[in-house]
Amino acid sequence: MIDHAEKAAEFIRDEPRTDWHDESLWFIRHKRDKASQDVPEWEQLRELASGIKDNVLSELDHYLEQFEANALQNGVQVHWATDAAEHNRIVHSILKKHGVSRMVKSKSMLTEECHLNDFLAEQGIEVVDTDLGERIIQLREEPPSHIVLPAIHLKKEEIGALFHEKLQTREGATDPGYLTEAARGHLRQKFVEAQAALTGVNFAIAETGGVVVCTNEGNADMGVHLAPVQIHCMGIEKIIPKAEHLGVFIRLLARSATGQPSTIYTAHHHRPRPGAEMHIVIVDNGRSAQLGRSDFRNSLKCIRCGACMNTCPIYRRSGGHSYGYTIPGPIGSILTPGIDLKAYSDLPFASTLCGSCSDVCPVKINIHEQLFRWRQIIAQEGYLPSGKKRALAWFGKIMARPAWFRFTGKVARLALRILPRPFLYNRFNEWGKARELPEAPRESFQEWYKKNRR
Amino acid sequence: MKVGLFIPCYIDQFYPQVGIATLELLEKLDVQVEFPANQTCCGQPLANSGSEQEAEPAYHHFVDLFHHFDHIVMPSGSCTYHVRKHYDRIEQTAEVQHVRKNTLDLSEFLLDVLNLQSLNARFPYKVGLHQSCHGLRGLRLGPDSEQNLSRPSKIQTLLNMVDGIELVDLSRPDECCGFGGTFAVGEPAISVKMGKDRIADHESKGVEVITAGDMSCLMHLEGIIRRQGKQMKVKHLAEILNGVQL
Ligand code: SF4
Repeated sequence: MIDHAEKAAEFIRDEPRTDWHDESLWFIRHKRDKASQDVPEWEQLRELASGIKDNVLSELDHYLEQFEANALQNGVQVHWATDAAEHNRIVHSILKKHGVSRMVKSKSMLTEECHLNDFLAEQGIEVVDTDLGERIIQLREEPPSHIVLPAIHLKKEEIGALFHEKLQTREGATDPGYLTEAARGHLRQKFVEAQAALTGVNFAIAETGGVVVCTNEGNADMGVHLAPVQIHCMGIEKIIPKAEHLGVFIRLLARSATGQPSTIYTAHHHRPRPGAEMHIVIVDNGRSAQLGRSDFRNSLKCIRCGACMNTCPIYRRSGGHSYGYTIPGPIGSILTPGIDLKAYSDLPFASTLCGSCSDVCPVKINIHEQLFRWRQIIAQEGYLPSGKKRALAWFGKIMARPAWFRFTGKVARLALRILPRPFLYNRFNEWGKARELPEAPRESFQEWYKKNRR
Repeated sequence: MKVGLFIPCYIDQFYPQVGIATLELLEKLDVQVEFPANQTCCGQPLANSGSEQEAEPAYHHFVDLFHHFDHIVMPSGSCTYHVRKHYDRIEQTAEVQHVRKNTLDLSEFLLDVLNLQSLNARFPYKVGLHQSCHGLRGLRLGPDSEQNLSRPSKIQTLLNMVDGIELVDLSRPDECCGFGGTFAVGEPAISVKMGKDRIADHESKGVEVITAGDMSCLMHLEGIIRRQGKQMKVKHLAEILNGVQL
């Protein structure tokens, strides 16, 4: 069970660091605002993107088959994986066939979700993440804390220390330029040695059978261009019907993610290079189950821009690791209950339902409404903590009985007025740990009204 | 036009002055307003905690009390949003539909129904407006910083009718205060941190009074302000519009 509140409390204990984390992400959210304001038709674009994805989800089977047929025609080898284990096995079998012992991999949240690195390491294959942020967390042996900025939780001093230990950079060096250059040199070697390259997929075009990969570092392209075997792993929801739809998503993606007009590299892969092999692995891993849940299916529209994380006031103050899943933040909190309701039953409650995520989302996923819906299911399935359950049942009874309501209110106000502080402020009072309780008036509004207006 | 006044449960118990201000303001504007006895709660705290089902008796109770009014007015964007949006799970009788359609936040009623143009109120202070999320993003009472749509802000429009008021610009104009109902006690660390950060934003702009359309946000912020021994005050929108003085 993930205890989000506990992990968040731990994170916040270092308040200056929490402020730094919050500010870093707010800065990106702010850049996103400015970039989106430069596009007068921004809201129409969101509407359009959402509509295209609605269509994709309602005809996903058809588009997937079309995509496969076109990819096969292009000479690509297409594989289907029901779950993470099958995905990992498929990738491994491709690598084994070619005797690959070293592979480079650009950012792919899907392979994080499937824990591919660990699996391949057990098979004796070295996987090097070539996205700088991913490489950093790989060297630290920890999961990403953000889907676009995997190492956003780390300060440059920490990265300097890590690089000093692992890449022999100068002790105490924190200059981002210097550290990036060192990582580049280190990665270059890995690119040259790699016998295979794996990338994630941002968009898979049914009409052409090609995949599109968006990065800022060009690392995905470098890997693919150098290695004799290229593998692209994608969830079934990455499909878009036509190449002409790409423009809608490309305009939204980078602006929403980082406030850039587009990512630096937008690579289109359609067919293997002469003498090389190209594979696409299409993965379900719980997605079709989510597709079957009418209240939650449109969570599959997600284009993984990370904007809902950057805007989320809770994510910014609790960090990605507090969610205990590869995809944290608001979108993670509506995806995870579909994966394991009990284990992640805390996450839909890690929200004030402020709705900022839904309004920032470039494909208009009604994230906060889905959080509300998951809460209902979690309560129905009996996964609320028992104390909370009792309190709610009690509250429900009172609220349907006006006389009880008035009586309880009166007693509570009286207690607030006459009880000495230690009775009111103790370890059972979560409200009162850092906040005063409201001052209790002698008269409720109802009592006042009776006296003054009747 | 018959108007039914609903006073949310926590306002009834802890902030009667907000209920009084709402009532007096409506009376001053010659609204025939009635406050039906026996009201309790709109059911939102239950539903937001996953217990929609347990909230149903409260929904029926609310509809029974209010369906014969032309408008149901309340000084809370959050409760208004709840009635309009979440009373969809009980049978949609004519009464329920009527109630859902005609339940209005105070600011909506003043501007959209009464067409209010001016007010006789003075509040010569530096005021920071806290945009309560359910009013802002649920009822769309104003533009939010996420969407690129221009819509006038109802609450600001009303505050601008008040004499002497100085509304400040915040660096984060519509970030959540961290109250969130049971979130406030379920995730107390983040809830308080969010509140502290909001207060700091207002404080850095020299705000003397924080106002909002929802008292629940203000209850949370006030709890932190008082614990920290700060001088800032909180006042509900209705109080300022009704001419409250510090
Ligand atoms: S849910 Fe929306 S905002 Fe969040 S990552 Fe996905 S596309 Fe971006």
